[in-house]
Order: sequence, then structure tokens, then C-alpha cells
Amino acid sequence: MSARSTLRALPALLRVGVYDALSYRGEMIVWMLATTMPLVMLALWTAVARDAPVGRYGQPQFVAYFLAAFVVRQLTGAWVFYAMNFEIKDGTLASRLLRPVHPLAAYAIEGVASMPLRVVVAIPVALLSLALVGPGAVTHDLRLWGLWLVSIAGAWLLSLFVNCAVGCTAFFAESSMKFMDAWLVFYFVLSGYVVPIDLFPSGLRAVIDWLPFRYQIGLPIEIMTGALYPGEALALLARQWAWVGVGLGVTALLWRRGLRHFAAHGG
Amino acid sequence: MRYLRLLGIQLRTSVALSMQYRADFLLDGFIEVFWMATALVPLLVVFHVRSAVAGWSFGESLMVMGWFTFLQGVLEGAINPSLVTVVEHIRRGTLDFVLIKPADAQFLVSTARFLPWRAVNMLTALGIFAWGFHVLGRGPSALDVLLAAVTIAASVVILYSLWIVTVAAAFYFVRIDNLSQLFSAVFDAARWPGDVFRGVMRMLFTFVIPLILMTTAPAQALLGHLGLPALAGAVSGAAAACVVSRFVWIRSIARYTSAGG
Repeated sequence: MSARSTLRALPALLRVGVYDALSYRGEMIVWMLATTMPLVMLALWTAVARDAPVGRYGQPQFVAYFLAAFVVRQLTGAWVFYAMNFEIKDGTLASRLLRPVHPLAAYAIEGVASMPLRVVVAIPVALLSLALVGPGAVTHDLRLWGLWLVSIAGAWLLSLFVNCAVGCTAFFAESSMKFMDAWLVFYFVLSGYVVPIDLFPSGLRAVIDWLPFRYQIGLPIEIMTGALYPGEALALLARQWAWVGVGLGVTALLWRRGLRHFAAHGG
Repeated sequence: MRYLRLLGIQLRTSVALSMQYRADFLLDGFIEVFWMATALVPLLVVFHVRSAVAGWSFGESLMVMGWFTFLQGVLEGAINPSLVTVVEHIRRGTLDFVLIKPADAQFLVSTARFLPWRAVNMLTALGIFAWGFHVLGRGPSALDVLLAAVTIAASVVILYSLWIVTVAAAFYFVRIDNLSQLFSAVFDAARWPGDVFRGVMRMLFTFVIPLILMTTAPAQALLGHLGLPALAGAVSGAAAACVVSRFVWIRSIARYTSAGG
């Protein structure tokens, strides 16, 4: 399971992943429909801002924010947990362990491979946002766009590690699904997915700054919509990548511990 | 009569099954509290900055939230567990075993699994109503409660019909492990008063997926604002949903090709 064999297998795995994503287009559509929550929140918040802006958000800012939220969710979504949970309980993980590629790397590559299809979905929404709100919908600062790419990568990695780490709990606990549900609850409320972070009272905001959830989705949205100065964005990016490091560490630990527990029959 | 007895048997098995996992119940209850918090946080933030949204005050919006919680209990306690079971059957091809049983297949898959613990949601809903009426500083009249009961019954029927149509989708897309997530994701829009939505979304949530009817109408009934046309709309909508979903179910079951289970 060396890094070299993984690298050698990478092109083939990516190709398989892309074909896999293409052949399950139907599932992809279902997943997309399941991520339309930003559109509902868009309706709600524009209704709130109908008469007067809320903070720095008028109706156009809310439209830009939540369409950006949709785009970012498409680009950073990871759902490795469900496959992992299933394969650990089912025992099919055994066949993955036999391959010369680390199973976690294989899961990650599958996620990357579905990206082209997601970009295809995200682009029309981004264009729609531009058409509705005008060029003010997104930042014009090229430096911020550079940071945005970094934040998207960080957000995706963080989501991936959360998925893997919670997936590893399937080695120990019957109810791993519940852990994921609990995480998702926090993720929805505190990440800026349903309420822009700067609308929270300042005390709560200080707490959110230290929690991982915002870095999974809120940060890229804020950078993209030009809500942050490059300096602020950099400071928050540092925290995001610190969380990515923590995620990697926890995942590695749980995985190693979990494998010792793993006793599959057949597979 | 025979179906009532069958329903009794299915319910009894479900209760027996869930008694085995009492620890799950505690964890479930815990998560449920968090879910309620998720539902309430955006509401609290919204009404922190505004006293009314789309003509709905905080207390009135709590009524919608209460019915949403109630329906969510129905969805997760009675509807979703069976959905997961039937999707699994379709994927593995074991639906055959259901189809050859001498009872209506739609009835069998609909009653396959219940999570009795979810009844907790009903209590939470009652609590939210009490809070809402406390904020409003008044109570509902007996007639309002009766009307609300009629409309919420219609909502449950509509919810069930939507579920049948969703299951039918599983016959077309095979790898649908996230079907239940789709269902709850779309249903999530029902926690807000219908007047929030405008234009395309309002059309969508009134006629295609009648979420607005499902929670806003009972809330209006409870507040004494429900007009006769809306009541008629809810009842006839429920009847129509029944017919359409039965039709869709029969069409898609005809398409089912066993995986040789």
C-alpha cells in the first residue's frame, strides 16, 4: 500500500470513478435535488429582506449568498461515509484491503472523480446568480479567487476527513449512522449553510470561528461573495487548514484502531 | 377487516423490534433535541431581526413549526422506515417475497416497519403549540382544533402519497441509497410559512409538492384564519394525491424486474 503504487493506479482509478459517476447519473440527480436547501433558505431570507436589508444583506446579497452556497456544496460535498459504513458492516471492505491502494485513498479518489459532473451542475447555477444579481454577485479581487480555490480544497478535504472519521466509528459502534446525523445537524446550522455567519449574535460567532463547521462550507461562500478582505480570509484559511490537519490525524488514528477490530467473513 | 388485523400484527412486530434497541432510543431522543434546535435557530435569528416575515409573526410561525414537527414524527416514525426497507428489497430483488404474499403489496410495504419511539415528536409538537399560543397570548377555539385535525389528516394522506411516488422512483434508479435523504430534504421546506415562497417556488410547493398545504393550512386552521376554499383544497388535494399515487404505484410495480432474489 505504498504511495507509489497509489500514484501509479491513480489515472486508472480516476477514469473508473468518472465512468462510475456517469453511469449513476440518476443517483446524482437525486443527490442534487437533496441539496436544494439553499434555495429554500434563499426564499426565506429574501422574504425577510423584502422591506429593508438585514445587516449588510439586501435581497440581491441573499440571492448571491445562497446561490454561492449551492455551488460550494456541490464542489465540496463528500459522502464517503455512507459507502464506508455499508462496506464495514457488510464485510466487503475486506476486498478493498487486499488491493495495493489504501482504501481511504480509493474512497477519496472516487470523490474526486465525481467532481467533473458536479462542476457541470454548479456552472449553470453560478451563471444564474450572475444573471440575477449582476456582476456584484461575486468578488472582483483576483487574489480572493486564488484563496477561494484553496478554501474549496480545504473544505472538501475537511468534509472528506469528517466522513472518513465518522465512517471509522462503524468499526466500533452499531449506530455510526447516528453520529453522522448528529454531525450534520451542527453542520447545517453552524456552517453558514442556512444562516449567514454574520447574522448570528457576536458571542455565538466567536464560538463558531473556532468550530470546524464554518470551514466546511461558510468560508468559501464568504470569500466568493467578497464578504472578507484578503487579510481576514487568510487568517480564516489558516484555521481551516489546521482543522484539515486535525481531521487527518483523527481519521488516521481511528482507522488504525478500527482495522484491528475488523473481522469480516467472506466479502 | 383482514387488513386491520394485518396492520395490528405488523405494528406488534415493530414494537417488539424496537424494544430490543432501547439504547438507540436514548441516542435518538438526544439527536431529536438537536434537530429541534436546528429547526428553531434560523427561526430565532429571523425573528431577532424582524417582528414579522411575509405577514407571519413569531407566535404564528411557531404553529407552522409545530405541525412540521408533528409531520416529521409521522414521516420518520411510520413512513421513512418502510421506505428504507422497500428500497432495499428492490435493490436486492427480494421484493418478490412481498409480491407473492396474498395481500396488497402496497399495503404490505407501507406497514413493514414502524419506529414507535418517534411518537415523542408529537409531544414536542404539543410543546411548540403551547409556546406559540403563549407568545400570542390566547388559545385556539374548539372549532379551530377540529378544523386543524381535518387538515392535518389530509396532510398525512398527502405525505404518504408523496412517499409512494418516491418509492416508485426506486424502480427506475436502482442505486438510490439516499432516497430518504431526498425526501426529508425536500420536506424540510415545509417548516416555513407558505407565504415566504413566491413565484415558481410557490407554484411548486402548492401544486407539485403541496408542502404549503401540509403545514401552513393546519397552522392557519389552528389560528382561526383558514378559509373554506383552503379547507376544500386540502381535502380534495388529499383525495387526488391518493388516486395519483395508487396509479403511479401500479404502473411502476409493473416495471419491476426481479434481480432473481
